[in-house]
Amino acid sequence: MLTMKAQVLIRPKQGILDPQGLAVEEALPALGFSGVSNVHVGRLVELEVDDPAQLDAMCEKLLANPLIEDFEVVLSDSSGA
Amino acid sequence: MSAAADTPAAEAPHRALGLTDSEYDLICDKLGREPNATELAMFSLMWSEHCSYKHSKKLLGKLPTSGPALLMGPGENAGAVTVGDGLAIAFKVESHNHPSAVEPFQGAATGVGGIMRDIFAVGARPIAVLDSLRFGELDSARSRYLAARAVAGIGHYGNSIGVPTVGGEIYFEGPYEQNCLVNAMCLGLAPADKLIRSAAAGVGNHLVLFGASTGRDGIGGASVLASAELGEDDDSKRPTVQVGDPFEESKLVEACLELLNAGLLASLQDLGAAGLTSASSEMASKGEVGLDIHVDRVPLREQGMEPFEIMVSESQERMLCVVEPAQLDAVLAICDKWDLHHAVIGEVTDTRHMQIYRDGDLVGDIPVTALVDDCPMYDLSPEEPPAQIYPAPKRRIKDGLAPADNLLALLGSDNIASRREYFEQYDCIVGSRTIKRPEAAEAAVLRLGANDGRHGPGGAPSTAGSGKAQTPGDADGPTIAVSIDGSGRRVAADPYRGTIGVVLECAANLACVGAEPLGLTNCLNFGNPEKPHIAWQLDRAVSGMADALRALNVPVVGGNVSLYNQSGDGPIYPTPVVGMVGSLPDPRVIAGNTFTDPDLAVALIGPFEPTLPASELAKLRGEELPTKLPDLNLSLHAESLKLVREAVRSGAVTVARDVSEGGLATALAECCLGGVGATIDLGPLIERLSRSQAGAGLDAEALVETALFGEGPGGIVVAGSRESLMQLSSRAHGVGFLALGSTGSAKLDIAGFSAVDSSAGTGTGPGAVVTLKEISLDVPNLQRIHAGALAERASS
Amino acid sequence: MATRFGIVQFPGSCDETDTLLACSRVGDAELLWHKDTDLGGVDVVVLPGGFSYGDYLRVGAIVQFAPIMGAVAEHAAGGGLVLGICNGFQVLTEAGLLPGALLPNTNLRFTCQQADLIVENTETPFTHESAPGEIISVPAKHGAGRFYAPPELLAQIEDGGQVLLRYAEGHNFNGSVNDIAGVTNEGRNVFGLMPHPEHAVDPLTGSDDALKLFHSLASAAPMAVGSGDMT
Repeated sequence: MLTMKAQVLIRPKQGILDPQGLAVEEALPALGFSGVSNVHVGRLVELEVDDPAQLDAMCEKLLANPLIEDFEVVLSDSSGA
Repeated sequence: MSAAADTPAAEAPHRALGLTDSEYDLICDKLGREPNATELAMFSLMWSEHCSYKHSKKLLGKLPTSGPALLMGPGENAGAVTVGDGLAIAFKVESHNHPSAVEPFQGAATGVGGIMRDIFAVGARPIAVLDSLRFGELDSARSRYLAARAVAGIGHYGNSIGVPTVGGEIYFEGPYEQNCLVNAMCLGLAPADKLIRSAAAGVGNHLVLFGASTGRDGIGGASVLASAELGEDDDSKRPTVQVGDPFEESKLVEACLELLNAGLLASLQDLGAAGLTSASSEMASKGEVGLDIHVDRVPLREQGMEPFEIMVSESQERMLCVVEPAQLDAVLAICDKWDLHHAVIGEVTDTRHMQIYRDGDLVGDIPVTALVDDCPMYDLSPEEPPAQIYPAPKRRIKDGLAPADNLLALLGSDNIASRREYFEQYDCIVGSRTIKRPEAAEAAVLRLGANDGRHGPGGAPSTAGSGKAQTPGDADGPTIAVSIDGSGRRVAADPYRGTIGVVLECAANLACVGAEPLGLTNCLNFGNPEKPHIAWQLDRAVSGMADALRALNVPVVGGNVSLYNQSGDGPIYPTPVVGMVGSLPDPRVIAGNTFTDPDLAVALIGPFEPTLPASELAKLRGEELPTKLPDLNLSLHAESLKLVREAVRSGAVTVARDVSEGGLATALAECCLGGVGATIDLGPLIERLSRSQAGAGLDAEALVETALFGEGPGGIVVAGSRESLMQLSSRAHGVGFLALGSTGSAKLDIAGFSAVDSSAGTGTGPGAVVTLKEISLDVPNLQRIHAGALAERASS
Repeated sequence: MATRFGIVQFPGSCDETDTLLACSRVGDAELLWHKDTDLGGVDVVVLPGGFSYGDYLRVGAIVQFAPIMGAVAEHAAGGGLVLGICNGFQVLTEAGLLPGALLPNTNLRFTCQQADLIVENTETPFTHESAPGEIISVPAKHGAGRFYAPPELLAQIEDGGQVLLRYAEGHNFNGSVNDIAGVTNEGRNVFGLMPHPEHAVDPLTGSDDALKLFHSLASAAPMAVGSGDMT
């Protein structure tokens, strides 16, 4: 059976206040990095799954909070198992 | 024909916004035309129950709102009482029930943030938070999740902002399964002469919005108005969940207090539910002025926001102030110092109208009185239900268990076991004021002196490097106690007497630490008041609260009403929650609530007439709720509380615990959690009970169970030296004083069950013998069950 | 002359006034503003607890770039005394002034409880008034207090006597490696700990077990090398 490696990128939904993103956005200019905008801080979950079709449901139910977060599933190389 | 009736339902956005056709017609009447989308959005908020109290205002008028300590009563952002030394405590409790049911972490967190803003909006520095939480039974995964996340959210906000969470309560009952209750209370400290009101003043003054930027948070229902402008695909741009940022709020607190201390503000108001609309129109109404607001000047977090969206946004961590032109630069400089967004968004006018502009175009024009004062007030149509409307709870234990087994079941039950699982997620000590932490006494105790600077009173300087700290005088300055209490099941059983019980319990908690109540804040969590049975609950509950407060001579300083808490499963238990603040003279003389010393005498004080129906034991047995609780003699209760308070203050009693859930046996077991046991003779209580109204008609075994586990207001277990309790008994007169036994062993022994046999006329017939086994339990066993039960249940 | 304590106030600090009050029991204490670039000649710098800059991104991550942190680093490099409490400890590890890192508690949540601590090394400016092995009761409250150091670094810290405080048996609620509650640097002039000594200086509010730490600092400070008031 093939196991798929997947990455789930979770970020605050558009329009939801992202205090972390704001804090980072305001900290960067203080270090001399200018021209930075739209900073958002999310999470990355890496996992291996037998059935990638279930990933969306996993995200909806556990990995992300669909009320306030968007998620994106990125499937990478598969590895035999 | 009316404008509303002409409109087909599908095209009547006012209905989707919760306004009735007749309300819509009234709005058209007041404006002389139909409102546009912005105006309709503003009306729908200001004429909602939350802002207008249209179903509850008439009732709330029954509550007493004056008292010797009162500085600021209902109507301001928070009420305040004087506590001596020129200091004031501002306090208020507020609900955040619905947002917490949708997203418990952010819902509870923003509930805490919102109530804190109410407090510093009156110029007081937040110094303590308490919470009152109710969820469905822990059997339900959803309830475990909601409880865990709501507690985490409260902790997240309070801990991050540096305000201690010093007390609270959490209960689990079936009727809250779909509608959890998250009520948060905040206390703030201010010099009494520095409290500020919210009335806008001074035509020509600037209106400054500062704090976080504005996004589409919490627009939710009002999004129906956007259908013309935005397609359905854009629904995702209208999140209903408000996200809190305690870091922003901590800067906001400091900036507000610095602004107030420098005397730079004419008035100040927080932005709560109903956002800019409510904040600005309330300020205009109180100041009897008009306001021009330019929505294009509001700092936005998102692009393309419509005027109505800006006016109704519930984005958190924002404040609105009125500033004289000469002070504007100084105000903006302080906002800059704290890295806060700010903008002059309008001016005070003499028009008595709210006029909303976008890019110079008038997009909304409403007379302030129409918006704030003209919402119709409704009479309730209360009707007592013919029978109990709530289903019996699920049975947990068998009938006929030995008293010791019932006691252990109660001690480990979800509503009685230690709350440490939850409260240890809260910072309860930041600020260096907390003298009694959660579960260490019946009420939280806070010292108000010995601290200046950041955690000093509202008006105190907060500028870093501005001076040296004074050496703290440990026990100097006023000391206060605070408790928050609510009840659902007992109020469902009898709204009038159940609510009296809530007020008495809160007052008893204060009395147990020697504090005298100064004021009370309340949050009335009920179902749909337009239903006659709910209206009846509300009516009876408010009457009970009013009568109890008059008997105790305690005023209401402010509060909140949360109605429509019901789902397809039916209404929640009617749940009045009250928070009381009291003062006490000496922080070194406070009774604890557990036995830590041997050889003390133990007694029960108060007109305590317990009954089993509606008790925790009845709940565990799956019994139906009754429809009436016993009558109460309020003046006797008031006298009893005074006696206990004075006994604590004089040091005559060193342990005091209010008898509540689980009755006297549970209270005694909880007293033993300090590590020292007791030997108790139940005889005197059984004997008194057998002669009372509550005990009439009970057989011998029911009398014993009622004495052990029956509940009712007015019972306080105390411990002290034999001599001091002897003296106390001589002063107890009619309030009730029963010597129960003494502290000392490593066991809790409760005996004397046969006292009833010798007393005639108890309905048991001659020769009745009590076969119930006496209680003898090891203290470590009690400690283990009490400590571990909830942690296991909450996480499983 | 009384020892001068400077407590740095960052946006998001929570316990700075508590710390100010505790320090003022043993010396003179004042708040320092995060946007300042000098320390105003104080003898001891204290980074207080709280959630500086909201603790966003990583606890203590953003604060290390605050203007005042340059002066704090200089003060430390010159042998001046620096104490980091809770968030202050996290900041000092992020800034490289103390070894190791603080990870989320093993119970994955903020926890506030009284903890018994064993004083390990008393030959430092922070602990010299305590007896070796002495047990003190001090509250701790944090969500990310699990001390961690990779094995080689850990051995170095242990061998160098840099562990000043350890949780007593049954009190290591956050899962710190080797029960470590507080460590000092090699120069023994910078000390960080997760528990809050400023909340253990008054029996009325809990205990006064940690008052000795402040007394130690007050008496050691004048002897410390080059306390940074020549800037």
